[in-house]
Amino acid sequence: MADDLFKALADPTRRTILDELTEKSGQTLFEICSRLSMKHQLAISRQGVSQHLAVLEAAGLVETRREGRYKFHDLNTAPLRQIAERWLVTDTTGPEKSTP
Amino acid sequence: MKIHLTSVFVDDQAKALHFYTEILGFVKKHDVPVGDEDRWLTVVSPEDPAGTELLLEPAKHPAARTYRDALVQDGIPLVQFAVDDVNGEYERLNGLGVRFIQEPLAMGPVTTAVFDDTCGNLIQIATQPQ
Repeated sequence: MADDLFKALADPTRRTILDELTEKSGQTLFEICSRLSMKHQLAISRQGVSQHLAVLEAAGLVETRREGRYKFHDLNTAPLRQIAERWLVTDTTGPEKSTP
Repeated sequence: MKIHLTSVFVDDQAKALHFYTEILGFVKKHDVPVGDEDRWLTVVSPEDPAGTELLLEPAKHPAARTYRDALVQDGIPLVQFAVDDVNGEYERLNGLGVRFIQEPLAMGPVTTAVFDDTCGNLIQIATQPQ
């Protein structure tokens, strides 16, 4: 699971997709493609975007839901907590506080 | 050469005529019986009555359902209509109970939104700078 997560986050396009889903969760494939091309000038085919979404979904960062005839993609930030918890220093008097 | 007519497949022509005229605000141009209960049914914009006609074509072809369902699932609109103010039109149509699957989204100079025409299609509206 952790490997999937780091692999998913390692790609700048996938991070951009997450940024856009942060702005608004619940987007169709078409809307995500529109945002990438029009807002970010990322010329990626619809198939390419689908593949990126599949990687994000495998990592648990994106969930899909069907609502009637539509399919929406939602952001799920829960897996990111694993990263924080993995290296989190529980002792708050540690070096984290000593920033100038 | 110019685009004179384009078409959308609709589940039910009477229902489509209602939606495209009463809700969206187009006006009926041609309504000719063409066998069975089918009609050659076109609408135009009141702003341009001699302009491009939109044919509301019965979705009877077996391939039409597969094609339209696949587009709807990925959120891909079938046609795009130009409006002066996407946000205003969004408010107006939303108030009339139209289901938007993409709320107004500014993308550089263009703002778009996507809604369900209740006849099996997704329609995009867009405001572009003149």
